[in-house]
Amino acid sequence: MIEILSTGAVNSVQDLGRTGYLNAGVGRSGMMDTPALEIANLLVGNDKVAAGIEVALFPFRLRFEVDTVFAMAGADSPAKLGDRQVPGWWAMNAKAGEVLTLGLPRSGARTVIALQGGIDVPLVLGSRSTDLKSGFGGFEGRGLNRGDRLALVAASRRVLRMEGGYGADVSALRGRPVENDEAIRLRVLPSAEYAAFTGEAISKFHQTDWLITNDANRMGYRLSGPELSLTRKLELFSHGIMPGTVQVPPNGQPIIQLAEANTCGGYPKIANVIEADLWKLAQAPVGTRLRFEITERDTAVAALRQQRTFMAELTADAALMRGWN
Amino acid sequence: MIEAVSPRLSTEGAGAILLDAADAVFSDDTQSRIWAVAAWMLKADGVAETVPGMNNLMIVFDPLAVAPEVVERQLLQAWQTVVPDAVAGRDVDIPVVYGGATGEDLAVLAEHAGLSVDEVVRRHSEAVYSVAAVGAMPGFVYLSGLDPALAMPRRAVPRMKVEIGSVIIGGAQAGIMPCTAPSGWHIIGRTEVPLFDPLRDPPSACKPGDRIRFSVIEVKA
Repeated sequence: MIEILSTGAVNSVQDLGRTGYLNAGVGRSGMMDTPALEIANLLVGNDKVAAGIEVALFPFRLRFEVDTVFAMAGADSPAKLGDRQVPGWWAMNAKAGEVLTLGLPRSGARTVIALQGGIDVPLVLGSRSTDLKSGFGGFEGRGLNRGDRLALVAASRRVLRMEGGYGADVSALRGRPVENDEAIRLRVLPSAEYAAFTGEAISKFHQTDWLITNDANRMGYRLSGPELSLTRKLELFSHGIMPGTVQVPPNGQPIIQLAEANTCGGYPKIANVIEADLWKLAQAPVGTRLRFEITERDTAVAALRQQRTFMAELTADAALMRGWN
Repeated sequence: MIEAVSPRLSTEGAGAILLDAADAVFSDDTQSRIWAVAAWMLKADGVAETVPGMNNLMIVFDPLAVAPEVVERQLLQAWQTVVPDAVAGRDVDIPVVYGGATGEDLAVLAEHAGLSVDEVVRRHSEAVYSVAAVGAMPGFVYLSGLDPALAMPRRAVPRMKVEIGSVIIGGAQAGIMPCTAPSGWHIIGRTEVPLFDPLRDPPSACKPGDRIRFSVIEVKA
C-alpha cells in the first residue's frame, strides 16, 4: 500500500491507455507522457503496461507502507525521499514509512511515478487508466484525494542491490529541456482539411508561436493566436479523431486533442501532431508556446521506431544493471 | 455491386487513416458499407481499431507492424469489394422532456428552423432514427434520420458542460449525451435512459444499426 498525503484532484492512476473501445466512444486515456511511464516501469522492473501515477498538480506527497522500488520520470520535479534528493529517470529503494515529496517542476508539466508491481486497481475495459471525463477506471473512477490508499500489485518483493539506485540517460530520446521563452517544436502531418484553409492561414499556422491557454487539460489544449480561416465554410459529418489531432473550430483558434480526447469530432482538422511528439505536449505547461512544423509520414514512422528501439535497449540495459538482492 | 462514392483518404498521424465517403447528404447505403468495411479491416494485419463515423471510417494501426501505404491499399480494395450485410438492429424507445431548463435551445432551434416549438417536437419525435455510429464520448450515438428542417450548424464555441441525458442536434445529426461533457450541439430536451456502463462489455447500450424513437413525456416552455 501507499497513502496519498497531499495531491490535486487531477492527479490520477494511469497506464499506457485503453484500446479496443474507440468504436463504443471510449477514448484512450492513459498517461499523457506514455514514454515516461514506459521508461519508469522498465527501471523498476515492471511490465511496461503497469499502472503508475500521473502528477500534474504539485506539491504531491505519498507515504510508502511497504518496502518497495519506485522511479520518477517526465517533468523535472524537485523530489525528496525523506530528506534525500531523488533524481528523475532513476529507480530507488523506498522503505516502509518513508515519505516521497514532489515539488513544482523546474521544467515540464507532468511527473510520472512508477512503483514495483504497479498500482493495483481493477481492469476496466482492459485498462487500469482513469477516464476522468467519464468517471470510470483507475482509482474509483476519479482523481486522487488526500487519504487515498492504493494497493500495489504483489510483485516478488525485491530490493535494488545498488544503494543509490540507478537511472536511464534519456537525452537521446528527449533532447535538451526547452528554455522558458522558447516555443516547443512539434512535428505535424497535414490532415483532411489542411488544403481547405487559406494560404494565409497555413502560413500563420506554421509561423506562429501558439499560446497554450488556461483551457488545457487531459482532453486537449485550446490555443490562442491569429485567427485561421477556411477558404469556405465547412459543416463536416462527425468522424474519428486521434490524440494529436489539431482542430480549428469556427472561432479560428486551434484545439489539440490529447489523451482523453473524444473519439469522434466534427470540426475541420488542419494537422496532426505526430505520435512520437505527443509527450512534448504532455510536458508543455499552460502559458508556454507551441510551433507546428510540417513533416513527412516516413519521418513520423521513423521517429516512432527510434522510440521503440530506445525502449528495447533500455529493457536490456535495465535488466543488466538492476541486480536484485 | 452498388456504385459507391469514390472515397477520399487522409491521415491522422502516422498510425491512423481516415476514409471519407460522405456526399452532401448522409447516405444509409454508404453507412452500411462503412460498417462492413470496418469489420473486414479489423481482421487486417497490424490494424488495432476501426472507428465508423458518419459516412466515414477511421482505421487505427501500428505503423511499425504494417506500412501505412499497405493499409491504404487494403482499405481502398475493401471499399470496392466488401459486400455490406444486413444489420439486424433492435428498437429502442427514448422518452424525452422537451424544452425548459433542460432543453434550453429548443426555442432557438425552432426560430432557426422557422417552425413553432410544437412542430419541432412533433418532427423530432415522429422520425425513426438509425444508430449510424457510436463515438465522440462513451456510448454516444450518432443518429441518422433527422428531419432536414431541424438541422442547425453547431455552436461557434462549444459549451464546456452539457448534462447527461441531453437530447441534442448538431448540423444534420441527432444525438443523446451519455455523460456530462463539453459539446457544441444544441440542447432540445432531456431523457433518463442510461446509454453507457463501463462495467458491461460491450459498454454501450446501442449498436450501429439499432433503430431509435423519441417519445414525448412533456414539452416545457
